Amino acid sequence: MAQALINVPFKARRGEIIEIKTLISHVMETGYRRSNSGEPIPRDIINAFVCTYNGDVVFRAELFPAIAANPFMSFFTVATESGVITLSWTDDKGATEVRTAKITVE
Amino acid sequence: MDHRRLRGATRRGFLAGAGRLAGGLGAAQLITVGPAAATPDAMAAAIRYVVGEAEVRDGKVSIEAPPLVENGNSVSITVAVDSPMTPADHVASIYIFNEKNPQPNVANFHFGPRAGRASISTRIRLADSQKVLAIAKLSDGSFWSASADLIVTIAACVEGT
Repeated sequence: MAQALINVPFKARRGEIIEIKTLISHVMETGYRRSNSGEPIPRDIINAFVCTYNGDVVFRAELFPAIAANPFMSFFTVATESGVITLSWTDDKGATEVRTAKITVE
Repeated sequence: MDHRRLRGATRRGFLAGAGRLAGGLGAAQLITVGPAAATPDAMAAAIRYVVGEAEVRDGKVSIEAPPLVENGNSVSITVAVDSPMTPADHVASIYIFNEKNPQPNVANFHFGPRAGRASISTRIRLADSQKVLAIAKLSDGSFWSASADLIVTIAACVEGT
Protein backbone atom coordinates (compact mmCIF):
# COMPACT_ATOMS: atom_id res chain seq x y z
CA MET A 1 0.00 0.00 0.00
CA ALA A 2 2.44 2.56 1.05
CA GLN A 3 5.74 3.67 2.38
CA ALA A 4 5.87 4.31 6.09
CA LEU A 5 8.33 6.06 8.32
CA ILE A 6 8.29 5.23 12.00
CA ASN A 7 10.33 6.57 14.86
CA VAL A 8 10.47 4.39 17.98
CA PRO A 9 13.37 4.61 20.44
CA PHE A 10 15.68 1.55 20.41
CA LYS A 11 16.27 1.75 24.15
CA ALA A 12 14.37 3.14 27.09
CA ARG A 13 14.42 2.97 30.85
CA ARG A 14 11.64 0.98 32.50
CA GLY A 15 8.67 3.26 33.11
CA GLU A 16 9.95 5.97 30.79
CA ILE A 17 7.35 7.69 28.61
CA ILE A 18 8.46 7.34 25.01
CA GLU A 19 7.20 9.16 21.94
CA ILE A 20 6.26 7.23 18.81
CA LYS A 21 6.12 9.15 15.55
CA THR A 22 4.56 7.74 12.41
CA LEU A 23 4.25 8.97 8.85
CA ILE A 24 2.72 6.96 6.02
CA SER A 25 2.26 7.84 2.37
CA HIS A 26 -1.40 7.79 1.36
CA VAL A 27 -3.55 10.05 -0.82
CA MET A 28 -6.34 10.26 1.79
CA GLU A 29 -8.86 10.97 -1.00
CA THR A 30 -11.79 12.68 0.70
CA GLY A 31 -14.62 11.52 -1.55
CA TYR A 32 -15.74 15.14 -1.92
CA ARG A 33 -13.65 15.94 -4.98
CA ARG A 34 -14.46 15.48 -8.66
CA SER A 35 -12.19 14.50 -11.50
CA ASN A 36 -11.65 16.73 -14.55
CA SER A 37 -14.49 14.92 -16.31
CA GLY A 38 -16.87 15.69 -13.43
CA GLU A 39 -17.01 12.20 -11.97
CA PRO A 40 -16.90 12.03 -8.18
CA ILE A 41 -13.58 10.56 -7.01
CA PRO A 42 -14.41 7.75 -4.58
CA ARG A 43 -13.27 8.08 -0.99
CA ASP A 44 -10.05 6.28 -0.13
CA ILE A 45 -8.60 7.11 3.25
CA ILE A 46 -6.77 5.34 6.03
CA ASN A 47 -9.63 4.96 8.49
CA ALA A 48 -7.97 3.06 11.32
CA PHE A 49 -4.63 2.93 13.08
CA VAL A 50 -3.57 0.67 15.92
CA CYS A 51 -0.41 0.54 18.00
CA THR A 52 0.24 -2.59 20.04
CA TYR A 53 3.02 -3.20 22.55
CA ASN A 54 3.81 -6.92 22.87
CA GLY A 55 0.26 -7.62 21.69
CA ASP A 56 -1.54 -5.16 23.97
CA VAL A 57 -3.29 -2.22 22.31
CA VAL A 58 -1.80 0.98 23.74
CA PHE A 59 -3.15 3.50 21.22
CA ARG A 60 -5.89 3.43 18.59
CA ALA A 61 -7.22 6.01 16.14
CA GLU A 62 -10.25 6.39 13.87
CA LEU A 63 -9.49 8.80 11.07
CA PHE A 64 -11.84 10.82 8.86
CA PRO A 65 -11.31 12.63 5.52
CA ALA A 66 -10.23 15.76 7.44
CA ILE A 67 -6.87 14.14 8.11
CA ALA A 68 -4.26 15.51 5.72
CA ALA A 69 -2.70 13.38 2.99
CA ASN A 70 0.25 11.26 4.15
CA PRO A 71 -1.07 10.98 7.71
CA PHE A 72 1.33 11.91 10.47
CA MET A 73 0.66 10.89 14.05
CA SER A 74 2.75 11.28 17.13
CA PHE A 75 1.75 9.83 20.50
CA PHE A 76 3.20 8.42 23.71
CA THR A 77 3.42 5.15 25.55
CA VAL A 78 5.13 3.85 28.66
CA ALA A 79 8.15 1.60 28.09
CA THR A 80 7.10 -1.35 30.26
CA GLU A 81 9.23 -4.23 28.98
CA SER A 82 11.50 -5.21 26.12
CA GLY A 83 9.62 -6.41 23.10
CA VAL A 84 7.98 -5.43 19.87
CA ILE A 85 5.87 -2.38 19.06
CA THR A 86 3.57 -2.99 16.09
CA LEU A 87 1.94 -0.20 14.12
CA SER A 88 -0.79 -0.94 11.60
CA TRP A 89 -2.81 1.24 9.28
CA THR A 90 -5.96 0.09 7.44
CA ASP A 91 -7.52 1.94 4.51
CA ASP A 92 -10.98 1.98 2.87
CA LYS A 93 -9.92 -0.71 0.39
CA GLY A 94 -9.12 -3.03 3.28
CA ALA A 95 -5.37 -2.89 2.69
CA THR A 96 -3.33 -3.05 5.88
CA GLU A 97 0.20 -1.81 6.27
CA VAL A 98 2.18 -3.09 9.25
CA ARG A 99 5.50 -1.92 10.68
CA THR A 100 7.25 -3.31 13.71
CA ALA A 101 10.00 -1.94 15.91
CA LYS A 102 12.01 -3.68 18.61
CA ILE A 103 12.56 -1.89 21.85
CA THR A 104 14.96 -2.77 24.65
CA VAL A 105 13.87 -1.72 28.12
CA GLU A 106 16.50 -1.64 30.85
CA MET B 1 -47.93 30.03 -38.89
CA ASP B 2 -46.76 26.46 -38.93
CA HIS B 3 -43.23 27.63 -38.84
CA ARG B 4 -43.81 29.82 -35.74
CA ARG B 5 -45.65 27.08 -33.91
CA LEU B 6 -42.85 24.67 -34.58
CA ARG B 7 -40.26 27.08 -33.34
CA GLY B 8 -42.30 27.76 -30.21
CA ALA B 9 -42.73 24.09 -29.51
CA THR B 10 -39.05 23.53 -29.93
CA ARG B 11 -38.18 26.34 -27.56
CA ARG B 12 -40.65 25.10 -24.93
CA GLY B 13 -39.31 21.61 -25.34
CA PHE B 14 -35.78 22.83 -25.03
CA LEU B 15 -36.50 24.82 -21.87
CA ALA B 16 -38.41 21.98 -20.24
CA GLY B 17 -35.62 19.59 -21.14
CA ALA B 18 -33.01 21.96 -19.77
CA GLY B 19 -34.98 22.31 -16.56
CA ARG B 20 -35.21 18.55 -16.15
CA LEU B 21 -31.51 18.21 -16.85
CA ALA B 22 -30.60 20.87 -14.32
CA GLY B 23 -32.91 19.33 -11.75
CA GLY B 24 -31.42 15.93 -12.39
CA LEU B 25 -27.89 17.24 -12.02
CA GLY B 26 -28.76 19.03 -8.82
CA ALA B 27 -30.31 15.93 -7.32
CA ALA B 28 -27.39 13.75 -8.36
CA GLN B 29 -24.97 16.19 -6.79
CA LEU B 30 -26.88 16.14 -3.53
CA ILE B 31 -26.76 12.37 -3.40
CA THR B 32 -23.11 11.86 -4.23
CA VAL B 33 -21.48 14.94 -2.74
CA GLY B 34 -23.73 15.70 0.20
CA PRO B 35 -23.83 19.06 1.95
CA ALA B 36 -20.96 21.36 1.08
CA ALA B 37 -20.05 21.95 4.69
CA ALA B 38 -20.73 20.55 8.10
CA THR B 39 -22.85 23.24 9.66
CA PRO B 40 -22.49 23.88 13.38
CA ASP B 41 -25.71 21.83 13.63
CA ALA B 42 -23.94 18.82 12.14
CA MET B 43 -21.05 19.43 14.52
CA ALA B 44 -23.44 19.57 17.46
CA ALA B 45 -25.04 16.31 16.32
CA ALA B 46 -21.65 14.62 15.99
CA ILE B 47 -20.71 15.79 19.48
CA ARG B 48 -24.05 14.61 20.88
CA TYR B 49 -23.39 11.20 19.30
CA VAL B 50 -20.12 10.95 21.28
CA VAL B 51 -21.08 12.47 24.62
CA GLY B 52 -24.77 11.54 24.79
CA GLU B 53 -26.51 13.51 27.52
CA ALA B 54 -23.34 14.09 29.54
CA GLU B 55 -22.14 17.58 30.35
CA VAL B 56 -19.03 18.82 28.53
CA ARG B 57 -16.95 21.15 30.69
CA ASP B 58 -14.24 23.56 29.63
CA GLY B 59 -10.73 22.81 30.84
CA LYS B 60 -8.03 20.17 31.15
CA VAL B 61 -7.69 20.03 27.36
CA SER B 62 -5.27 22.17 25.38
CA ILE B 63 -5.04 22.63 21.63
CA GLU B 64 -1.81 23.75 20.06
CA ALA B 65 -2.21 24.95 16.47
CA PRO B 66 -1.03 27.89 14.40
CA PRO B 67 -3.58 30.75 14.72
CA LEU B 68 -2.93 31.75 11.12
CA VAL B 69 -2.88 28.79 8.73
CA GLU B 70 -1.23 29.33 5.37
CA ASN B 71 -2.32 26.07 3.78
CA GLY B 72 -5.50 24.35 4.89
CA ASN B 73 -4.40 21.09 3.29
CA SER B 74 -2.03 20.35 6.13
CA VAL B 75 -2.43 21.97 9.52
CA SER B 76 -0.30 20.75 12.43
CA ILE B 77 -2.34 20.31 15.55
CA THR B 78 -1.49 18.94 18.97
CA VAL B 79 -4.14 18.09 21.52
CA ALA B 80 -3.03 17.34 25.06
CA VAL B 81 -5.00 16.59 28.20
CA ASP B 82 -3.86 17.26 31.74
CA SER B 83 -4.15 13.84 33.35
CA PRO B 84 -2.02 11.63 35.63
CA MET B 85 -2.73 8.68 33.28
CA THR B 86 -3.04 6.09 36.06
CA PRO B 87 -5.32 3.03 35.82
CA ALA B 88 -7.80 4.85 38.10
CA ASP B 89 -7.65 8.24 36.41
CA HIS B 90 -6.73 8.45 32.75
CA VAL B 91 -7.93 9.80 29.44
CA ALA B 92 -9.93 7.22 27.51
CA SER B 93 -10.41 9.14 24.26
CA ILE B 94 -9.80 12.42 22.50
CA TYR B 95 -12.27 13.45 19.80
CA ILE B 96 -11.55 16.29 17.37
CA PHE B 97 -14.38 18.11 15.58
CA ASN B 98 -14.60 21.01 13.15
CA GLU B 99 -17.32 23.44 12.10
CA LYS B 100 -17.02 23.95 8.36
CA ASN B 101 -15.43 20.95 6.67
CA PRO B 102 -17.83 18.69 4.73
CA GLN B 103 -17.85 16.32 7.75
CA PRO B 104 -17.83 17.40 11.40
CA ASN B 105 -15.47 14.61 12.53
CA VAL B 106 -11.72 14.96 12.20
CA ALA B 107 -10.40 12.03 14.21
CA ASN B 108 -10.99 9.94 17.32
CA PHE B 109 -8.04 8.76 19.40
CA HIS B 110 -8.28 6.12 22.09
CA PHE B 111 -5.83 5.79 24.95
CA GLY B 112 -5.35 3.74 28.05
CA PRO B 113 -3.29 4.16 31.20
CA ARG B 114 -0.33 2.73 29.29
CA ALA B 115 -0.20 5.79 27.06
CA GLY B 116 1.67 7.57 29.84
CA ARG B 117 0.78 10.96 28.45
CA ALA B 118 -2.53 11.96 26.82
CA SER B 119 -1.16 13.87 23.89
CA ILE B 120 -1.56 13.46 20.15
CA SER B 121 -0.08 15.37 17.24
CA THR B 122 -1.33 15.07 13.69
CA ARG B 123 -1.99 17.10 10.55
CA ILE B 124 -5.51 17.97 9.49
CA ARG B 125 -7.36 19.61 6.61
CA LEU B 126 -9.40 22.77 7.03
CA ALA B 127 -11.80 23.90 4.31
CA ASP B 128 -12.23 27.38 5.77
CA SER B 129 -11.40 29.59 8.73
CA GLN B 130 -13.24 27.94 11.54
CA LYS B 131 -13.40 26.65 15.06
CA VAL B 132 -11.76 23.33 15.92
CA LEU B 133 -13.02 21.60 19.03
CA ALA B 134 -11.36 18.83 21.02
CA ILE B 135 -13.29 16.79 23.57
CA ALA B 136 -11.61 14.40 25.99
CA LYS B 137 -13.39 11.52 27.66
CA LEU B 138 -11.88 10.60 31.01
CA SER B 139 -11.92 7.17 32.62
CA ASP B 140 -14.53 8.41 35.14
CA GLY B 141 -16.90 9.19 32.26
CA SER B 142 -16.60 12.98 32.40
CA PHE B 143 -16.04 15.07 29.28
CA TRP B 144 -13.74 18.09 28.99
CA SER B 145 -13.16 20.31 25.99
CA ALA B 146 -11.16 23.12 24.44
CA SER B 147 -11.56 24.97 21.18
CA ALA B 148 -9.34 26.98 18.87
CA ASP B 149 -10.29 29.51 16.20
CA LEU B 150 -8.05 29.08 13.20
CA ILE B 151 -7.78 31.47 10.26
CA VAL B 152 -7.07 29.74 6.96
CA THR B 153 -5.69 31.70 4.01
CA ILE B 154 -5.61 28.87 1.44
CA ALA B 155 -8.41 26.41 2.06
CA ALA B 156 -8.13 22.67 1.61
CA CYS B 157 -9.43 21.62 -1.78
CA VAL B 158 -13.04 20.57 -1.33
CA GLU B 159 -14.75 21.13 -4.68
CA GLY B 160 -12.14 19.38 -6.81
CA THR B 161 -9.61 20.41 -9.47
